[in-house]
Amino acid sequence: MKARVFVTLKPSVFDPQGHTIVEALHSLGHAKVSDVRQGKYFELDLDVGSASEAEALATEVSQSVLANPVIESFRLEIDDSGAEAKADRS
Amino acid sequence: MKFAVVVFPGSNCDHDAYHAVRHVCGQDAEFVWHKETSLGGADVVILPGGFSHGDYLRTGAIARFSPIMNTVRDFAEAGKPVIGICNGFQILMECGLLPGAMLRNRDLQFHCEYVGIRVEHTDTPFTRRAVEGQVLRVPIAHGEGNYHAAPDVIADLEATRRVIFRYVTAGGDVTDEANPNGSINNIAGICNERRNVVGLMPHPERAVELVTGSTDGRVVFESVIRQ
Repeated sequence: MKARVFVTLKPSVFDPQGHTIVEALHSLGHAKVSDVRQGKYFELDLDVGSASEAEALATEVSQSVLANPVIESFRLEIDDSGAEAKADRS
Repeated sequence: MKFAVVVFPGSNCDHDAYHAVRHVCGQDAEFVWHKETSLGGADVVILPGGFSHGDYLRTGAIARFSPIMNTVRDFAEAGKPVIGICNGFQILMECGLLPGAMLRNRDLQFHCEYVGIRVEHTDTPFTRRAVEGQVLRVPIAHGEGNYHAAPDVIADLEATRRVIFRYVTAGGDVTDEANPNGSINNIAGICNERRNVVGLMPHPERAVELVTGSTDGRVVFESVIRQ
């Protein structure tokens, strides 16, 4: 079972890296890119029996370690070999 | 007085801190490896600067799981003095002993320079020998010192007089130009509710001898020594 975790700064938190990237894109002429938020991506291999177990475990490690709730939020995708469950957490 | 200087893999200001308290201030000091669980009877704990665990995941995020941090937490909760400098401050926030988190500096640059910081309050173990409003000239060296917390947390820090150091001009004014990293309200250092745990991004331990350009940082250590 795999979990994919996407960690980004909360919408209310200024992202200096994303801001710099979108300015660079504008200087290249990509005026239609109105905003960029940079984040982190994690792939977890989980030895669990069900998608719900995988989601619970991935949520726990994301909340306690992978994301800092002061400044970041995260989103999960659980991949149980084909059938994919998605869950949003912020 | 005995200082414990905690050493994490990637700490690089541990020897500066040890030198400041041992050789400059003449106190007893000991390095404590992060895998230890005892602080060896120390009276004060210093979490030094550096790049613990390579800053992997987030600054200070892995160091908080070191065995010694449980002991540091008990030490802090017993009301004893703990200071986190730079990466040490980041570790204190990751482990929840201080509120907030650090973002990348707003200009994305690593800043290594002298700054002015104003002592806002002298009722902490690390500022009691300073004068309120005193401006210290001390160096900073960080890429992620852009202090962030939710608006209600910032309001609480200000209302409870827990912003201990603020980036200011040489004349002591809080201006945007004097803010090297974008920190909210020019915050350079804060303390916990009980006021015994202090964290700051600048390096007082690098400003204790004239040979390095400033002795303004000495007051931070003298405060806790000369109670």
